Amino acid sequence: MTTIETAAGPAEPMVLNMGPQHPSTHGVLRVILELDGETVLKAKPVIGYLHTGIEKSCESKTYSQCITLTDRIDYLAPLSNNLAFCLAAEKLISIEVPKRAQYIRVLLTELTRVASHLVWLGTHAIDLGAMSVFLYCFREREEILKIFEYVAGQRMMTSYFRIGGLALEPPPGWIERVKRVIDLMPGHIDQYEQLLTENRIWIARTKGIGYLSAKDAIAMGVSGPLLRASGVPYDIRKVFPYSSYDEFEFEIKTATEGDSYARYQVRVAEMRESLKIIRQAIDKIPPEGPFRADVPGIIPPSREEMKTSIEGLIYHFKIFTEGFAPPPGEVYQAIESPRGELGVFMASDGSPKPYRVKFRTPSFVNLQSLPKLCEGRLIADAVTCIGTTDIVLGEVDR
Amino acid sequence: MQALRNWDPQVVAEVIDFRGETTVVVPRQHLVRVSEYLAGQPGLLFSFLSDLTAVDRFPLEPRFELNYQLLSLDRKERLRLRVRLPGAEPVVASVSPVWPTANWHERETFDLFGIRFEGHPDLTRILMPDDWEGYPLRKDYPVEGYR
Repeated sequence: MTTIETAAGPAEPMVLNMGPQHPSTHGVLRVILELDGETVLKAKPVIGYLHTGIEKSCESKTYSQCITLTDRIDYLAPLSNNLAFCLAAEKLISIEVPKRAQYIRVLLTELTRVASHLVWLGTHAIDLGAMSVFLYCFREREEILKIFEYVAGQRMMTSYFRIGGLALEPPPGWIERVKRVIDLMPGHIDQYEQLLTENRIWIARTKGIGYLSAKDAIAMGVSGPLLRASGVPYDIRKVFPYSSYDEFEFEIKTATEGDSYARYQVRVAEMRESLKIIRQAIDKIPPEGPFRADVPGIIPPSREEMKTSIEGLIYHFKIFTEGFAPPPGEVYQAIESPRGELGVFMASDGSPKPYRVKFRTPSFVNLQSLPKLCEGRLIADAVTCIGTTDIVLGEVDR
Repeated sequence: MQALRNWDPQVVAEVIDFRGETTVVVPRQHLVRVSEYLAGQPGLLFSFLSDLTAVDRFPLEPRFELNYQLLSLDRKERLRLRVRLPGAEPVVASVSPVWPTANWHERETFDLFGIRFEGHPDLTRILMPDDWEGYPLRKDYPVEGYR
């Protein structure tokens, strides 16, 4: 315990327990704050309240069964988690996914990014007192979730990406629905910017708050919009392209200030870039073609093949009863989730169940920088600092 | 890779190539030296530690494998370091002085595997409650827990 100087002589700082139940922690995060008056001397995040042992559970399931668990890691971007897991498994068994499925994956994960940034913007704004932005953001997010529901059958726990491609052929007319939503989005984003970008309260609450230098950010392993707002142009979609991202034109948006306002600018700019990618994907996706790779014994055969050929029936039965067995080895596959580097480390021992799966989740690592962001600042700024890291506690604790 | 061999051939026990990913197995006593070299050497600059995790090979020996997932932002390259630890004495030096981000990763590995990191500033449980018994991600720990 440190000592502080007061008018009445030396004293002990006040220890304040923030959370685990606190509206601004966006879940169950506990932060132990040591305070001198209203100034935060020390902040110590305490996590683990949502630990559900997903990695342990994965070890007793087949590869395909694990996909449903990945939805629950980052529940604001389930499709990104599906994608990271599927890509890792595909790398392990070394199969190529049809281009059409790759483009659909890109389109849907970019929609996820927009939806996730909308939740971030809305909740961050409401933390700082701007109620209306929250309502607008959730209105638009709902439209995106409706697309997920139409395509995958679920609003949030989609499990739509499967090893080798997609779960189902997307329903007819889905592209038109996507078009309708993304044609309106730029106008909506302008609207949020009108409400916030030059809003004096917003600027006062975010500019210069939660500063993180590029050097510190790299040392702390911070990734995603946080790292880019500190001036490091690291985006896995560009640096290690996956799922045909190298065929799309988009920019890595960065800022140099490294504060909360810069992160807001980066995320808003990223939403616009995502819309650009979605438009390109709409043009690229062929109307017809396979949505799953054709690898007998590993990828389930089509419904028709299963019903009409004996091989198809045998493979179907074997895949769904015992799964497939990748060769022994380890792979690490990272993707750019809305929050940063989402990595899946997968070790196989040659059996149909993963020997070890580790999810390197961006929220877990980014949260570690929280003390750096808020120490020496006011307690009200601690709320900004938690909000600006854009953590999802399900992902922190897994 | 070649740079590492030229620098000190003793630190490279084995090189594994699988699916285009390179893994360098490092003897445990050399880990911190190698980390400092890889992170600081101009021309290598693996300044970003993406991930750190363990694999339990129970009942095989050496039982634990630690995997350090390195990334060079300047050269856009990944490299994996691997350290093997015996089940009887799962202790290794902490790399958190080299990469501060290792702090929580090492705490998590300690929490779930019981691997101790010497020189770590605060090696306490992070995901499980403080009074939890056992290390859940070990292979001899039942999925449904101890009753």
